[in-house]
Amino acid sequence: MRHLKALLILASLVLAACTGGESNVSEGNRLGILHYGNGSEPQGLDPHVVTGVPENHLIRALFEGLAVKNPYTLEPEPGVAERWDFSEDRRIITFHLRQDALWSNGDQMTAHDYVWSWQRALSPAMGNLYAYMLYPVLNAEAYATGKLEDFSDVGVKALDDKTLQVTLTEPTPFFLQLMDHYSTFALHRPTIEKFGKATDRFTRWTRVENIVSNGAFTLSEWKLNRRITMTKSETYWDRDSVRLNGVVFYPTENIVSEERMFRVGQLHYTQTIPLDKIPVYQAMENTPYVQAPYLGTYFFLINTNRPPVDDVRVRKALSMSIDRQKLNDTVLQKSNVPAYTITPPGTLGYQPPKLFDFDPEQARQLLADAGFPGGEGWPGLELIYNTSESHRKIAVALQQMWKDELNIQVTISNQEWKVYLDSVTQMEFDIARRGWIGDYVDPNNFLDLYLTDGGNNNTGYSDPRYDEMITRLAPQAKTREERFAIFYEAEQMLMEEMPILPIYTYTSKHLIHHSVKGLPSNLMDSLNLKYVWLDPEWDKSSKEGG
Amino acid sequence: MWRFIGSRLLQAVPVILAVITVTFFLVRLAPGGPFDSEKAVMPEVKAALEAQYRLDLPILQQYTAYLGDLAQGELGPSFKYPGRSVNELIAAGLPVTAELGFYALLVAVIIGGIAGVFASLKPNTVQDYLPMSAAMIGICMPSFLLGPLLVLVFGIYLDWLPVSGWGDIPGDKILPAITLGSGYAAYIARLSRAGMLEVMSQDYIRTARAKGLPERQVVVRHALRGGLIPVVAFLGPAFAGLLAGSFVVETIFQIPGLGRFYVQAAFNRDYTMILGTTVFLSTLIVLFNLLSDILAAWMNPRLRAQFGGR
Repeated sequence: MRHLKALLILASLVLAACTGGESNVSEGNRLGILHYGNGSEPQGLDPHVVTGVPENHLIRALFEGLAVKNPYTLEPEPGVAERWDFSEDRRIITFHLRQDALWSNGDQMTAHDYVWSWQRALSPAMGNLYAYMLYPVLNAEAYATGKLEDFSDVGVKALDDKTLQVTLTEPTPFFLQLMDHYSTFALHRPTIEKFGKATDRFTRWTRVENIVSNGAFTLSEWKLNRRITMTKSETYWDRDSVRLNGVVFYPTENIVSEERMFRVGQLHYTQTIPLDKIPVYQAMENTPYVQAPYLGTYFFLINTNRPPVDDVRVRKALSMSIDRQKLNDTVLQKSNVPAYTITPPGTLGYQPPKLFDFDPEQARQLLADAGFPGGEGWPGLELIYNTSESHRKIAVALQQMWKDELNIQVTISNQEWKVYLDSVTQMEFDIARRGWIGDYVDPNNFLDLYLTDGGNNNTGYSDPRYDEMITRLAPQAKTREERFAIFYEAEQMLMEEMPILPIYTYTSKHLIHHSVKGLPSNLMDSLNLKYVWLDPEWDKSSKEGG
Repeated sequence: MWRFIGSRLLQAVPVILAVITVTFFLVRLAPGGPFDSEKAVMPEVKAALEAQYRLDLPILQQYTAYLGDLAQGELGPSFKYPGRSVNELIAAGLPVTAELGFYALLVAVIIGGIAGVFASLKPNTVQDYLPMSAAMIGICMPSFLLGPLLVLVFGIYLDWLPVSGWGDIPGDKILPAITLGSGYAAYIARLSRAGMLEVMSQDYIRTARAKGLPERQVVVRHALRGGLIPVVAFLGPAFAGLLAGSFVVETIFQIPGLGRFYVQAAFNRDYTMILGTTVFLSTLIVLFNLLSDILAAWMNPRLRAQFGGR
């Protein structure tokens, strides 16, 4: 018995010793180091190889584009280029690079770096999934698809070391937005070539000991599945306005654990929050929970080639009998915004049309007109979604609403992710769950999905007039208002045909510690760590304020 | 003894070869490929990617090429993590998972062994029922429930231990080891109780008692070695199972181990990673089974005789 007692005392001593340490958050506040929950381990850090949100956060901390998005307005502002001029017809852009734009090893950044990097990004052998980001550039698509061999015919030239001239096929109003996408960033040629061919996907150039970058931070540690640490860059041109001394990114794949890490002060910032925790945090006084509209839409694809949904009246009936507000308030814990079309509202000021509302009466009428009065003679329909509890909840809710309002049977079935992707691309479905997150802030990024035979169309929707408006008329518009008016009209045409069932606009959901400043919410959930700082006195200022 | 080991190793070769072959063709049968993504992939891009990973070759040629690489210990590049080889990913995850597995096994053996032996000393009394019902609960309680419960109590309410991580904050290895080990502790408790009960009824124990040895010596000197044989036989497969099955615990505690890669690889259709981890783990399981057989033979004189040992 005496042994047991001694053991207990020893154990409690060990435990007590464990808890003596300072939490990440308070230590980070003292040292200027942000502890950031980044969602998952990145596939890698080569901007021409990887895709994904966690990768985006890391790469945009390490690198900087010609222009960057202002985190408050999302309008482009100077990055590596200190200014740019447009030609009269807006097809030629001349970027003037900063004299003090340096690589992290001290080398000068030049316009030649861009020409070489864009060639790499577009090389067919590279297999770059985001090559299409550069397609507005003259002949870029031809080069990327192997139709053009000679890169000197592509519309990008270095006029001298610090002047880059880009020629576009058509005026592209959102081109500057693309300059903040990592697939258009310049990479350090000598480093890449030191470790293999330019188009090799498997080299070691992005490792801590090798990588050369040009952003506000440099890579200092990369522990697989554990953490990635970055330190403030000594060579970055705007280093004086960078206030953080470092950032630690954690691969917080398990969102339940991520929330617990936040609660005990291991993280300043979480990538997301479990749905069932939202009400708890919303009820909190002075809550760290921040929710904001996000440039993404959750919707369902309809296969317009298959009966009975080949009939637009049936599609409309299905759409109008969904009570989106109720769905959002109950199933989704008020965590999103009901959507009635594909483009999220407020995309650079664009407000999309709203053609319909929850209207079960009219839905029943439409269904009757289509030959199924009161659900009679309904042949049945299948809705597929990729396996996930939250998708299942939504599918079940829709199934119930259709049963209640229209008296029709819809079966729902889940498919494992890759199986589901296969079904969607092969159009082996009646109705399929889908989400789309914008790559750049412009209605075009959503509306060009439904071009005839578009790779992401997957509905069979096709209208030559729609194609004409999106690909020809909109780019030639003189002003933003005129262009948005064309988009508005096109989107009306699209939703008149209802090839999709919009459900909600995504929101970004984060837990952010009160000491984190300079991190505004925006539609892209775009993080520019250059502006972020930590206030060690946060609790004093909040007490004074409140 | 050496002949026994040799023949067992020889038997292992076709087993592992069969595992490789079945896995190789099964992963390719699964719908969807490694390069499918939510955004449409242009055909040129897909062709370029497939060429970089040799997926453009006929499948039999891919298979022989893979076996050729394997013979040189090369598991190939990962699809999900371009720029990293499967060897590298396993090398990064294995030490962590092995360490976790070792601590978990330690927890399991100490708690399970003590509880089992303790229970066997007074069968069908409170001293037996109490640890055995605890073991029953331990077996039934899945780690995805136990883990978060422990975190809630020791990590958040009491604030004694870190809620996640591995080797970053002192003490962050305690909860994962307990979570992973408790299920095995329960098994070991039951095995050691059963083993001990059987041994305690043997003639040689009665002899030991008859010559007047104190009960403590009877148990420690004579009964334990025989009574724990089933436990030892269980340890090999248990350790291999811990390595392969630590996925849940690794996810709960954000531990950078092998289990997370293993499961994610299947979802990602990361062909080389699925194959690499499967081959690696099946080899380990075969080896650990062999190891525990050898150990059991060494502990059991009757088996030893069978293998021609002294």
